[in-house]
Formats: sequence, structure tokens, C-alpha cells
Amino acid sequence: MDDVAAWFLWLYKATGIKLTIFYDPYDRTRFIQGFFTTLKLSAYCLVLSVVLGAVAAWLAGSRVAAVRGAVAAFVQLFRNTPPLVQLYFFYFAVGPLLPKVDGVPLLGSFGWAVVSLTLLETAFAAEIFRAGIEAVPKATVEAAQALGYSRAQIYRKVVLPLAVRVTMPAMTNNLVNLVKTTTLAYAIAAPELVYMSAQVWSEQVNVPEMMIVLLVCYVTIVGVINQIMQWLEERLRVPGFGQ
Amino acid sequence: MTLWHDRAQSMGTSLTSASTGLALAGLLVASIVAAQIPAAAAKPSVIELLWKWTPLLAQGFLFNLLISFCAMALGTAAGVLMGFARISLHAPVRGTSWIVVQFFRNAPWLVLLFFVMFLMPFEVRVRGITIPFPDWIKATLGLALPIMANIAEIVRGAVQSIPTAQWEAARSLAFSRRQTMWKIILPQCIKRMLPPWMNWYAILTMATTLASIVGVSEVMTITNRITNAEGRTDLLIPIYTYVLLAFFVYCYPISRWTRRLEARYAER
Repeated sequence: MDDVAAWFLWLYKATGIKLTIFYDPYDRTRFIQGFFTTLKLSAYCLVLSVVLGAVAAWLAGSRVAAVRGAVAAFVQLFRNTPPLVQLYFFYFAVGPLLPKVDGVPLLGSFGWAVVSLTLLETAFAAEIFRAGIEAVPKATVEAAQALGYSRAQIYRKVVLPLAVRVTMPAMTNNLVNLVKTTTLAYAIAAPELVYMSAQVWSEQVNVPEMMIVLLVCYVTIVGVINQIMQWLEERLRVPGFGQ
Repeated sequence: MTLWHDRAQSMGTSLTSASTGLALAGLLVASIVAAQIPAAAAKPSVIELLWKWTPLLAQGFLFNLLISFCAMALGTAAGVLMGFARISLHAPVRGTSWIVVQFFRNAPWLVLLFFVMFLMPFEVRVRGITIPFPDWIKATLGLALPIMANIAEIVRGAVQSIPTAQWEAARSLAFSRRQTMWKIILPQCIKRMLPPWMNWYAILTMATTLASIVGVSEVMTITNRITNAEGRTDLLIPIYTYVLLAFFVYCYPISRWTRRLEARYAER
């Protein structure tokens, strides 16, 4: 670690390439914090949106027309409005309405970023799951009905496991988009990667270096996600589906 | 027992468009009504405020649309070229374009926007003539980059979706590669490329609000300035809903139309 720091310090002195995040402890801590905040934000939104998305996709097949309409309206609303405006709406307009606990708002910028991005991703996940559900052969569902499965059982034990596999590529895409969208939290000062990097570059005046570090970080995260999802896809493959 | 297959398919009918639009409009009205109650006689009502600022907001929104048109035109032109590079017979060209496309597809839009904003000069001197690059031009370029990469993938996908037999048939009829491409392959691709292209346009239009983060005076910047200037907490929900509604009214028909085209082309 010291060697790395020494090398980057030498690099700065020799070439002027200023990567303080490698040798300045304060900058390094900030940057690592930002990196993990981005991962945490993505993870929260992923888990919540997959669960809520599955529920929304299930409700989209409800017997009650009003429920179907509400789900469809929710999905279209979040898909067809700018995510940044949604974020501002929640943080600046809805945020002040929440009660304060000991003078501190109930949800901070991180909390509102989770809420806003989760709702956005839920809308996308719901659509993806719906497409996956439609891809499950009707005969499979009918067979389950003939075996006396209830509607909820069919959904949970037959349709969902198959639909999840069909939707894997689309979910990978969605997850990549989610990680990219977490950068919007910068706008409400949530301490994620871009925000922390911006603090570093405004103090150290090393914009080009930090820009490249940022891009490398995101492209790496996305690459890792793609690899993991590909592995998962192979692990979950059911014989008789796909090629 | 009806299968929820059939039900799920009915999601996204014309009822939806009405209900979603109504939901947003309802939220707007409800928030205005709620805001009316504490509003004293001396202060202008929220409706009056919204009405007062509508021309400025509309101007901002039109600026967003201008940015979206320019970025889409640029991104499409560059993307088609990049798409051709992706299917080039020349391996180094293919490899380089693959890297470029992967990079710009996987980098967050906001970071690309920062990249262009901070690292591009604000003016360029060519033989004594100064060409200025105002912020909005830079934002347009920054937004055009991811569009370029995604359009390139659309072009590549569409060309590769045409059966190989057609290439072979064209070759046996003595068409050159270029002729085959322009006269046989591409005309069929247009139809396949149109729906995803429109989809990306809608995404881009919504992404133009990012320009506010880098200081372009588009609708989001103007909205924030208005809320600061008015200092009215009861204005917040109505005005943000108003902006959401504006984007929804513009983007939702595009997404409906995209779906219709997709469905129509899928039938054949």
C-alpha cells in the first residue's frame, strides 16, 4: 500500500498527473466511501425493486380492473418522466412534508435517492417480469392448474422460476442502468461516487484525472455485473429452454 | 379461472394512458387545492403563480427539446457510422469501434456530461476565427455520445438480423458489398431500427434535464430558480408535478407509438 502511494506521489512529481486518492489519506477515505455508497445505493434499490417489481407484475394480472389500471399507470408514469425530475420531486417537494425526528429529517438525501430510484426501477422491473411471465407457455400453467395449484402457488412455484430465467438478460441490462442512474443522486448531494469525486476535484483541481478514474470505476462495476450475471444465467439454466 | 396471461396483456391499453395522465393531473390539482387552504388573501394563489411562470417554464422546456433534437441528430449520424465500423470487414476497425461503443454505452450519462463540460474548451480558434462553444452545445455533445454508442448497436443488430442468404443471393447477382448494403440490406433495416431509435429519443429527451446539473438554463434549472425566488413551500409539489406532466405528455405518446410500430412489425 505504501509502495503504491509512493509511486503515485512520484508520478505526480515527475509528470504532474495528480491522483491524490492514492496517496492522500483524506481523499482516499472520501473516495472509498463514495464508492461503497454507490454500491450500497445500487444494492438497496436492486433488492427492493426486484421484490416490488415482482409484486407489481403479479398485481398487473389482478382480477380487479382498478388494480390493473393503477399498476399500469404507475409503470407508465415512472417510465415516461425524467428520473432527475422524479428525484427532485421526492427530495425537494415531498421531503419537507415528512415529520422530523429530533430536528433531523426522517429521510436524508441517501434515503430519498433509495426511494426515488427504487420506484423508477420497480417500474422497469415490473415490465420485464411481465414480459417474462408472458413467455411462460400457457400449457405449463394449465398443467399446474390441473394438478390443483392455486393462483398464488402457480405464480410462486411455476411461473416465477421460469420467468426469472427468461428475464435474466433484460434484468442484467436493467441492473447496469440502475448503477448508471445512481449518479443522479449527485444532484441531491447524496455522498455517492460522483459527489465524492467532485469534492476531490474541486479541492485538488485535478478534473481530468478524476474524470478518468470515475469512468474507469463505472465501466469496471458494469463489467463485473455483466460477468456475474452471465455466470448466474448459466447456473440457473433449465434444460429444454433456450439453446 | 382466467389466466393472468390474458389479463397481463391488457396492461397498457388506452385506458392506461388516460389514467396515468389523469393521475398526474389529479396530483397537480390536489396539491393546488391543498395549497389553497392556508393561502392568505394577500399572497397570490398557487394557480396564479403557475400561470405566471408558465411562459418561462415553456421556454425552458422548448430548450430541452432543442437540445434533444440536436443531440439525436448528432448521435444518429455518428452512431450509423459507428455501426458500420462495428460490422466492417477490417478487424482493427471492428475492434476499435467495439471498444468505443462499449465504453460509451457503459459510462453513466452524467459522468460523460461532466467529461465534455470540463474538458472541452469554451472556444476554439481556427485561423483567427473564434468558434465559441456555449454550455448548451457542450451538453448536447455530451448527450450525443451515449446516443451514438447505442445507435451503433441498433444498426449492427439490424444488419445482422437480415438472413445471410440475402447477402449470398446479392453476391451471386454480382452486387458489390457496398451495393448490397445500400440497396438490399439497409432498406429492410430501417423498419427494424425505427422503434428502438424512437425509444432512445424518448430516453434522451428525459436525460436533457441532466444539463441543469452542469448549469444549462433548461426547464429544471428554471424550476429551481422559480422555487428559490418565490420561497413558497406550497408551490413545490405543484411545480415539480407540472414539469413531470410536461415530460409525460411529450414522452408517453412516443412510447405508445413505438410499441404500436413494434407490434406491427412483429406480425410480419
